[in-house]
Amino acid sequence: MISQLSWKIGGQQGEGVESTDRIFSTALNRLGYYLYGYRHFSSRIKGGHTNNKIRISTKPIRAISDDLDILVAFDQESIDLNAHELRPGGVVVADAKFNPTLPEGINAKLFPVPITAIADELGTSLMKNMVASGASWALLGLPLEVFNKAVEEEFGRKGAAVVEKNVEAVRRGSEFVLELAGGPLEEFKLQPADGEQKLFMIGNDAMALGALAAGCRFMPAYPITPASEVMEYLIKKLPKFGGTVIQTEDEIAAITMAIGANFAGARSMTASAGPGLSLMMEAIGLAGMTETPVVIIDTQRGGPSTGLPTKQEQSDINAMIYGTHGEIPKIVLAPSSIEECFYDMIEAFNLAEKYQCPVIVITDLQLSLGKQSCDELDYNKIVIDRGNLVRNAPELEPNQLFKRYEFTEDGISPRILPGEKYGIHHVTGVEHDETGRPSESAVNRKKMMDKRLGKMDNIKVTNPIHVDAPHEEPDLLIVSMSSTGGTVDEARVRLEEQGLTTNHITVRLLYPFPTEQFAPYAEKAKKIIVLENNATAQLASQIKLNVGHADKIESVLKYDGNPFLPSIVYNACKELV
Amino acid sequence: MATFKEFRNSVKPNWCPGCGDFSIQAAIQRAAANVGLEPENLAVVSGIGCSGRISGYINAYGLHGIHGRALPIAQGVKMANRELTVIASGGDGDGFAIGMGHTVHAIRRNINITYIVMDNQIYGLTKGQTSPRSAEGFKTKSTPDGSIESTLSPLEIALSAGATFVAQSFSSDLKQLTTLIEEGMKHEGFSLINVFSPCVTFNKINTYDWFKENIVNLESIPEYDPSNRIQAMTKLMETGGMLTGLIYQDKSRKSYEDMVVGFHQEGISNQDIQISEADFSKLVAEFK
Ligand SMILES: Cc1ncc(C[n+]2csc(CCOP(=O)(O)OP(=O)(O)O)c2C)c(N)n1
Ligand code: SF4
Repeated sequence: MISQLSWKIGGQQGEGVESTDRIFSTALNRLGYYLYGYRHFSSRIKGGHTNNKIRISTKPIRAISDDLDILVAFDQESIDLNAHELRPGGVVVADAKFNPTLPEGINAKLFPVPITAIADELGTSLMKNMVASGASWALLGLPLEVFNKAVEEEFGRKGAAVVEKNVEAVRRGSEFVLELAGGPLEEFKLQPADGEQKLFMIGNDAMALGALAAGCRFMPAYPITPASEVMEYLIKKLPKFGGTVIQTEDEIAAITMAIGANFAGARSMTASAGPGLSLMMEAIGLAGMTETPVVIIDTQRGGPSTGLPTKQEQSDINAMIYGTHGEIPKIVLAPSSIEECFYDMIEAFNLAEKYQCPVIVITDLQLSLGKQSCDELDYNKIVIDRGNLVRNAPELEPNQLFKRYEFTEDGISPRILPGEKYGIHHVTGVEHDETGRPSESAVNRKKMMDKRLGKMDNIKVTNPIHVDAPHEEPDLLIVSMSSTGGTVDEARVRLEEQGLTTNHITVRLLYPFPTEQFAPYAEKAKKIIVLENNATAQLASQIKLNVGHADKIESVLKYDGNPFLPSIVYNACKELV
Repeated sequence: MATFKEFRNSVKPNWCPGCGDFSIQAAIQRAAANVGLEPENLAVVSGIGCSGRISGYINAYGLHGIHGRALPIAQGVKMANRELTVIASGGDGDGFAIGMGHTVHAIRRNINITYIVMDNQIYGLTKGQTSPRSAEGFKTKSTPDGSIESTLSPLEIALSAGATFVAQSFSSDLKQLTTLIEEGMKHEGFSLINVFSPCVTFNKINTYDWFKENIVNLESIPEYDPSNRIQAMTKLMETGGMLTGLIYQDKSRKSYEDMVVGFHQEGISNQDIQISEADFSKLVAEFK
């Protein structure tokens, strides 16, 4: 029996690829398997090849696999484009309708199943997804009752008749394929999972849930791939908590509305991707200058301009760190797992209010949209810290003004909300004095700049880097961020088997860079390999700038729109040593 | 109850002597007192321009933001705490050029705030360039041969965008202006008040005298019915947009806040934001 397996479904966009994946993985989740999903899709709604891949495992996994065990194909194109991934002896389940053939040189078993024909016979070709997922399930020899339970859950709302039809489709699909294969495939028999249903979600869901838990009650946002799910989740949930989402006219409105809301005391955020973040830059400067907390999610995708809107990239690092004119305090956090997507939103809102500055939470497309199993989320870790927020301020002396920008030791001034009787003050993006009134005094200017930027010196973030350092002086220190960490860990197992010693750091706090925490590991490594999905080595530049060691830093870059695979990382590391 | 003096502060405006913006500041202060507001319950959000300085000259919570974005900031303030009275304000460049996209959508959205545009048909702060409100042929530093773009009619646009309150006034007519701002504050929805506010330094055409000569005050048309949208549009077109008074009001449409499902009367910022363990468990369970 095997402990992990990869399955892929391919077809035309809009043809049921998504739903086949959803139903198949929901059922697997019921058995307690750990899942890691990858969606390959293009920027159109109907048509164009699309495929979803799921890694199924009895242990936690955080990476796409190099190869493929089972491919389900709705068309010949899906076979032609994906068959090369199949490992020798892999299986293709294809719709008999198009007389599927395997490309030359592919060593795999082909099972043509009349997927469309069965669905049509049952009344609608929409049920292709059921026939296909049922056939996959049967080949793995998994219990059919569990699958039917998942079907019932998906279609229960639509009535018993619909459920029955779908169950029938599953049955027909599985019977047909079992007959062809002569029973479940022994070599694909998975070890039983622990039976504990895991949370199964995309990073965007986890961030949206995290924001809700953090007390975010207002989200203005403008739709964009791959960020829209965040607003779509919150518009479903926020009304139950007295809040709401506004779909604004553009991202400038989104960020400025969020700033206005934070000024007035609500926890508010927006979410977008590169093009939207570009539009927000002036307003992010306003938040920095007026020391107004605000949280912004940047789900990175292929840039520049419209770039590769549905593909993986990590090329906004510089823009998030350096974007906006002038110099402001700012925090850039990069979660690297689903769990962290959740918890980091809570920390982001706390940091924003504690340090009274914009906090950007940066992900990448694979982390935002890849559906993954996730450990239980801990309610007790939801701790809200609103920083130096004054409530019921005491009466002021006659002619005394509330010092919203009071000079303090740590640079953090008392914040008070509109509605407070003794807190009236003005906020302006013009340079201002302690009371918030415009000032061009050179002395005040310098003091205010030092106050604002000085807040950055004291920023305390839990776990600014994640370290896995089993070796004192490793041959390699591999550095990753966002979704690439899991791939690195898989490559490391192979590298260690080859006798190479490796440590791994995932950078979580991109700005201000955690030099102090990072430096000792850099010091001791013989070579540092920085892995990133961009062409100009932006993360490596941050390390060179903040930590040094330019002479031993090497970059592995991938900017073709696809995520790293373990084999790519392994080969690149081997080559560089 | 606060008097209009309590809405004053000690900051001396840096506007040129004679600038129309002074009266608008006074009218806001009077209107706020007349509707019974306390300074701490008023938030004034402004854009960038000479006019944009206004938020700093009123004793209330103030936010002076970035050019063209007073409206989204103000809408954010209101959504966060609907118990506040929120005024957005800025110049014609701020609201009808760089911020025009926001203006149209704020009108459509109909959040209960009052938007006061200080319309001087020119860019004041940047020292005299053309504005979308400049007349065709108007010579400025950026249009030395006269503007060749057509003049924007923001109130006609407002009507077609579904505005529920459209008014126009003249900064010299303090009485009318104050009343209209009061009406705007009381209106349950988005109120747009465009105010002719002469720039004495850079606009030598649209002067106080010019306005006095060209303005058509709706008080002179007793049969005018501000609930009639077609008539409002016609009158605006007939007068080349020179009407003052309450041009249109639709009292039947609810404000955005009142239409959001589940939105409380209590401002978000006054609510407890800690999620309960039971609610959290329910949300998490949906991902299983
Ligand atoms: C993004 C941006 N672009 C340009 C400017 C420069 N700017 C400041 S105010 C202004 C226009 C002022 O005209 P208006 O809004 O009509 O206000 P007024 O000064 O006439 O009251 C411009 C172009 C700016 N501050 N920000
Ligand atoms: S330049 Fe014009 S708009 Fe600006 S303060 Fe002077 S008179 Fe007023």
